[in-house]
Amino acid sequence: MIVFAIAAVSSRRMLRSVVYLLFVLVGIAGIFFLIDYNFLAAIQLTVYAGGIIVLIIFSVLLVHHIELKLEMAKPLRQIITAIACLIGMGTFLTTIYSHQFNVIENNVTTTTAQIGSKLLSYSEGGFILPFEVISVVLLAVMIGAIIIAKGKKLTNKSNN
Amino acid sequence: MIEGITIYEILTLTTILFFIGVYGFLTRRNLISILISVEMILNASVVNFVIINKYLYPDELQGVLFSIFIIAVAAAETALAVAIIINLYRQISSVEVKDTEVMKY
Repeated sequence: MIVFAIAAVSSRRMLRSVVYLLFVLVGIAGIFFLIDYNFLAAIQLTVYAGGIIVLIIFSVLLVHHIELKLEMAKPLRQIITAIACLIGMGTFLTTIYSHQFNVIENNVTTTTAQIGSKLLSYSEGGFILPFEVISVVLLAVMIGAIIIAKGKKLTNKSNN
Repeated sequence: MIEGITIYEILTLTTILFFIGVYGFLTRRNLISILISVEMILNASVVNFVIINKYLYPDELQGVLFSIFIIAVAAAETALAVAIIINLYRQISSVEVKDTEVMKY
């Protein structure tokens, strides 16, 4: 998975890097299956591997010629960025490894029904408000995306 | 939890994934590539939420619910970004970051 992630950010052809990203996302869905959150894995597969990848591929095909190679940053800048990222990674890893997690051994299986009732419960700890807000956000984004993608033609009409 | 895999190993994996995303975000010169890197960063954070929920607080569901919201917001963000990119490409015939100077009317 890490190999695919590195390939996705360093491949010079657009479509290939999108396909590498697809492999990364499927690998993450595999992690979700392993820790027994089947619902999240299904969401990951449908929303990310299905929806987002198709959207990105569409935009790549609309925008690029397939053979077009990408322009990369200067090597010096790449090296500086890589060093900064490695420093950050070292900081994170030392913090993680110096912290003592009290892991609870368990084999709890979370069903989709539990997730749903938690998501829609009005009581304390329920998530009904964020759920409604996220649905409004999705609606707004859909309308906004349509208007933005329509672009010039619509603005001309409204100006005239 | 997964048999034989500690929380440290998975947190290491997500940290590496996160910083690969940051590296791609900073070095790429193309709006779609930057979008791909952002997806990778968001996914690493989602895995962190879920793993910590499962390993440390197996009876709670907050991590799972938050990761569902993160996925929804990421999908919305991608749709909007793709719309903006396509509109920008119509106007300036390029998706390179350095050519992007007309983001306002």
